[in-house]
Amino acid sequence: MKIIIPIKRVLDPYTQARVNKQTQLVDLTNAKMAMNPFCEIAVEEALKIKESGAASETIAVSIGSEKTIDTLRTALAMGVDRAIFVNTESNLDLQPLHLGKILANIVKREEAQLVIMGKQAVDNDNNQTGQILSGLLDYSLGTFISKFQLSDDGKSAEVCREIDSGIETRLLNLPAIVTVDLRLNEPRYASLPNIMKARSKPLETIAISSFDIDIRPRVKVISVEESGSKDRASKQIQSAEELFFELSHLGVL
Amino acid sequence: MSALILIELNGSEVSSNSRAAITAATQLSDAIDALVLTDDSANAASVASLSNINTVKIIADSNLEHISVGVASKLVAEVMAGYKYLISGSSTYSKNILPTVGALLDVQPISDVCEIKSNNTFVRPLYAGNIMATVESSDDTILMTVRATAFEHSGDEGSAAIEELSLPIPEQKSNFISLQESQSERPELTTADRIVSGGRGLGSKENFALIEQLADKLDAAVGASRAAVDAGFISNDYQVGQTGKVVAPKLYLAVGISGAIQHLAGMKDSQVIVVINNDPDAPMARMADLVWETDLFGALQELNEHSL
Repeated sequence: MKIIIPIKRVLDPYTQARVNKQTQLVDLTNAKMAMNPFCEIAVEEALKIKESGAASETIAVSIGSEKTIDTLRTALAMGVDRAIFVNTESNLDLQPLHLGKILANIVKREEAQLVIMGKQAVDNDNNQTGQILSGLLDYSLGTFISKFQLSDDGKSAEVCREIDSGIETRLLNLPAIVTVDLRLNEPRYASLPNIMKARSKPLETIAISSFDIDIRPRVKVISVEESGSKDRASKQIQSAEELFFELSHLGVL
Repeated sequence: MSALILIELNGSEVSSNSRAAITAATQLSDAIDALVLTDDSANAASVASLSNINTVKIIADSNLEHISVGVASKLVAEVMAGYKYLISGSSTYSKNILPTVGALLDVQPISDVCEIKSNNTFVRPLYAGNIMATVESSDDTILMTVRATAFEHSGDEGSAAIEELSLPIPEQKSNFISLQESQSERPELTTADRIVSGGRGLGSKENFALIEQLADKLDAAVGASRAAVDAGFISNDYQVGQTGKVVAPKLYLAVGISGAIQHLAGMKDSQVIVVINNDPDAPMARMADLVWETDLFGALQELNEHSL
């Protein structure tokens, strides 16, 4: 069984996003970039399944400009077997529907039985690509998973999904797409020897033009503005009595 | 330009985020229908009394309560023929189904709309809400989820017609096993006027009970930071933030939460923010209207004992 792990390179999640007033885009020039945290969790889960003996190969896929290769190398250094880099040759504004179509092509070509990916990327926060991929392929889908257990015969997987009302447990027939939530596992770090080894692992490059997909944006970003958490004029409180008094005064109690 | 609202039910009640979706739809269309997938056709009644709905389309089947997203999205896509908009309130329910419908209709959905600028231009958050983007859709059909905190919750002054659809239910590829529901008598997190939220600083599940005690005293919902959920103090559905629930209550009282960007993203629009913490330099404190810099256990004890 092959596992495909689509991953994304994003602005480091602990860095504040800033708008470039001229381009009207989020400024990523010289910004610290990292693998999307949810993708790290997806990579870890795929590696655990491979280590349990249930998977034959793990394949990381990323779509973007040349720098995306760095993120794929990180996945290889964590332990993924090989990587597929879809070269967009520029900073195209690709959207989940485009990504879903590209990934569907790759999943079919590789005859992968399982796709493990992040539930969302922390830049655009769409939370869509896994769902779209499942819709395009008509594969079963488990979103927001916090637990994954492959059946002994390898034909299905039991997943726990973190949903608004609690935890839902479902049995997914394979082939399946799962999108991972934060509490699925604790991703490993790449060791120095593995980082060295990753340089010689196979990395295939595919030009985006080789897919027969219309990549014109369906949803265009017109403008962006910063709306970060605004500081408030904090008043210091010393006691419960004072706090309750202030809250009554503000009319919120 | 007709709109279809995908209604989410909590038991037999219409969820508050579906009510926000109706309000959003009124800004786009004056021909609004509702679609509800349910195991019980009696649930159409609560949907029919919602304001501003012309017709409630109901698909009722005993298998639909925990139906797979694959089946749900196929049914929704079929009903969508002829509609310009499909709108649902942001929740794990709609975030599961809407993008899958997008794949079937070849439409790029728009997540977490906070403002409607025109019939195809919307404002939505990026980067955990630190960036607000104005986006324009060129799709003929528009699929979107809307933030329940950004739109009024539509009321119950309607009397819609009910139309029961009998569509064949396709075979599903994933089967429901169980739902471990959190039971709580407290107000629901996303609609509560007051929230008492606890973080890593509480130290243990036992100590987290102090947060619950204070919430009960203030008739508030309980919230938590990711750290508190990760540490097992409380279950995942109480998490406030970028990947948890987005809230905007009148009062947000944060205890022992330092305030990661991802947490602030989920509560920064609260009307009054109170922080109780022993670290005056924590990002959370800068967001606060009222700060009580103290040992949080002493503070919680005092708050729980002091009469209102």
